[in-house]
Parts: sequence; structure tokens; C-alpha cells
Amino acid sequence: MSEKRKGALGLPADTPLERFLNGIVVENPTTVLVLGMCPTLAVTTCAINGLSMGLATTFVLALSNLVISLLRKVIPDTVRIPAFIVVIASFVTLVDLLMQAFVPSLYEALGVYIPLIVVNCIIFGRAESYASKHGAVPALFDGLGMGLGFTCSITIIGLVRELIGAGTAFNIQLLGEGTIVPGPVGAFLGMYTPVSIFVLQAGAFLVLGTLMATMNRINRKRAEKGKDVSKYKSGGCMNVDMEIPSKDKKEDKKEDKKEDKKEVSAKEDGKDDKAEDKKEEKEEDDE
Amino acid sequence: MNVVGQLISILIMSSLINNVVLSQFLGLCPFLGVSKKVSSAAGMGGAIIFVITLASAVCGLLYKFILVPLDLVYLNTIVFILIIAMLVQFVEMFLKKFVKPLYEALGVYLPLITTNCAVLGVALLNVSNEYNIVEGIVNGFATAVGFTISITILAGLREKMEYNDIPESWKGTPIVVITAGLMAIAFTGFSVLR
Repeated sequence: MSEKRKGALGLPADTPLERFLNGIVVENPTTVLVLGMCPTLAVTTCAINGLSMGLATTFVLALSNLVISLLRKVIPDTVRIPAFIVVIASFVTLVDLLMQAFVPSLYEALGVYIPLIVVNCIIFGRAESYASKHGAVPALFDGLGMGLGFTCSITIIGLVRELIGAGTAFNIQLLGEGTIVPGPVGAFLGMYTPVSIFVLQAGAFLVLGTLMATMNRINRKRAEKGKDVSKYKSGGCMNVDMEIPSKDKKEDKKEDKKEDKKEVSAKEDGKDDKAEDKKEEKEEDDE
Repeated sequence: MNVVGQLISILIMSSLINNVVLSQFLGLCPFLGVSKKVSSAAGMGGAIIFVITLASAVCGLLYKFILVPLDLVYLNTIVFILIIAMLVQFVEMFLKKFVKPLYEALGVYLPLITTNCAVLGVALLNVSNEYNIVEGIVNGFATAVGFTISITILAGLREKMEYNDIPESWKGTPIVVITAGLMAIAFTGFSVLR
């Protein structure tokens, strides 16, 4: 958005459609901004859990963005962090109660991670960096787009883990014994043995690590072609977390963290510049 | 005696078997972010132990004596997150004023903890597991110890990995995440203690 009034994908900035697509494609919170890693890892044991967690987060994100945007002129600057937290936490409580009432089985499966949407950095990050500075309509669509982008990514991660780890997709047996695919193809797929480590905790880390490495590689390639990759960063919620204390007159302590961050970004720059021996690494990525 | 046994079992469960980072994925941000050096990892661990223990005590008291009698249990998420944010600020001010050495050791890490999902996670888990206040405090302490154990191990590994030849795309966070995955496999072994 450096150019004047030009947003993502060449659309005019801050229109609903531009914001919507920006969240899903251009600034996808999981794969591009690398935010909200805790739920990404914790609930993606199967695609359904990922999908419902994503939708719950979308709901909270869109509505809290809307409300914060509407209140942005009312909330004094000094107390905006607690104010945002209260807004977000209210919507999370709403989702929590709604899910408890209408989809108890999902509520059981997601457990403590539903209330923990409160501390999901995506929501706070969007409230702070977008909703508190823009009007209600773009903010709402920004929330929707970001939320759906998050939903897509974690559903896909969940699908991959479920497929490799249990041979199912959305609880339908595709691979391994009892596959629903008929005929010789089914017989072939039936030979698959699920790698159950992928539905265990360790699998989450392995899948995420591979995803991040793939993103790194794509970014390096883009950098080679001379495209702007400054939006891309890796390192998770730290990027947002570090900004939060700084607002509470804690400059002195922030310093230390800032240096850390600089180091990281410096390293990444170096990494982006190098980019050689692509073929070899492609094999690495593929595994 | 039974009470002590119960507490010890919570201690082992929360610190090793259900390790907060490697099996529950709470507090991943500092886990990946502050694990470059063993010394800073240990500092972070110390701060986390301090804050989580305190926060689970305060949240436990609050839940038992305010939220339950007033029938406001459904507000626990809002109340806990605000209390934790406030508590961290307060602890920081208190330490700065009265316990200088501790402040110098932990001060840098305290502001980072406010939004750490582990703190809120423990408070909420204490409620959903129906722990009483003492059990809640022990659970908080054990969870934080588990965090410290895993972050210190990861920092040690990362210090060694500095000199390794890692494929270009995997440098930085990806390889750290993979390392955490291997640690998670190792920690699965603790589940036989159950």
C-alpha cells in the first residue's frame, strides 16, 4: 500500500473487496504474516477442527474489527490496549457460549483453545494495525478476509495432517484400510499405512516447519526476481507481541527485544539475497 | 498423604507429560522467539514461573470468591485476561521498586508475558479441570517448570546448531520448529509415566 490509493492486487485501497482479498491471498495471516501459531498447531489434528476453529476466529475477528473501528474515536489512546482486549474478549465469550450450546461435540474437541482466541495475535494485530485507523466497512471486510485466510490455511494444514496421519479427509476414509474408493484404485489406496505421528503433537511441528521452509523458498525466489518481499516475515507472534509492551512506556526494555528482531530481519535479508542451488533444495522442500 | 500424592501427580503431569509447549502448544511465541541463548531462555523461564504461579493463584482466588458466588462464571475469559495484564504490570512495578536484583534478571521478559497464551491457558485449564486453589497453584508452577525445561533444552540445541550446515530454505524458524517437533517426539516418551 505504498503507492497512493492502490491496495492489494492493484485494486483501489481500503475498499471492501480489496481488503477481503488482501486477507486471503496477499497477507495471509498464517503463511505470510506467520501469526497465530498456537491454534494453528494445536487444533489442526483434523480438517474439521481446523475449519471450525478458523470460522470461530473469523467471527471474532470480523466483529471485533468492526466494533473497534466504530469506537476508534471514542477510545483514548492511552487505554486502548485494555479496551481492545475487552472488546475481543467479549466476542470470544460469545463464541464460546454459542458453541457450547449448539455444537457441544466441537466445543469438547477444541476445548481450551476457544477461549484462547483472545490471545490470538492475529486479532490483536489487526485491531491495532488496521481497525483502529480505518473506517467500519473496510475494517469489517479486513477482518473477514484475514479470518477466512486463516481458515483456509489451517483447514489445509489440518487436511494434510489428517490425510497423512489417519488416511481420512473430513472424517471420510480415503487412504488405508476401509477406503471408500472402489475398484483397483481403491485396492491401491488401501495399501497405505497411516503415519500416526502426524496426528500427534510432533506432527504439527513437522508440518509447520515444512510449510515455513516452503514459504522461505518461495520468498527467496520472488526476491530473486526483484519483487518486494518486505511484507513477508517469519518468526511468529513475536512481531506483534513486541509492539504491545512498547505502548506502555516501556521503551527501555523494548530495546533489547528490538535488537533481537533486527538480527532476525538482517539474517533474513541475507538469506533472501543468496538464493543458490535451487534444485537441490527443491528436493529438500518436497520431503 | 493422599493430597500430597495428588499434588505430585499434577506436578509430573503438567511439567513432563502434558508439557505446555510441546504437547499443548501454549506459549509458542516466546518458545520460538527467546530461545537463541541458554541464558536468556532461562531468564524467560524464570519470569514465566514467577508470573504463572502468581497468576494461577490470583485467578483461582478470584474465581472461587468472586465469580462463583456472583454467578459470573461465564465472564471468566474477560476477567482473567484483564487480571493477568494488570498483574504483570503490577509485578513489574513492584519488582522495580522493591526487589531490584530480581527485576534486573527478569525485567526484560515481563512485558512479553502479558499476551502469552500459556498464562491464560493455565488459568482456564485450572477452572475446567476443577482444581482447587492449591492444586491450581501447583499446576501453574508445574506448567511453568515444564516450559522452562523445554525452552532451555531448545536454546541449548540452537546454540549448537549455529555451526551446522542447514539448507538455505530451512534456516531460521523452520529448522527450529522441526527441532521442536523432534523434542515433542522425545517428550511423548514421558507418557508412560501416566
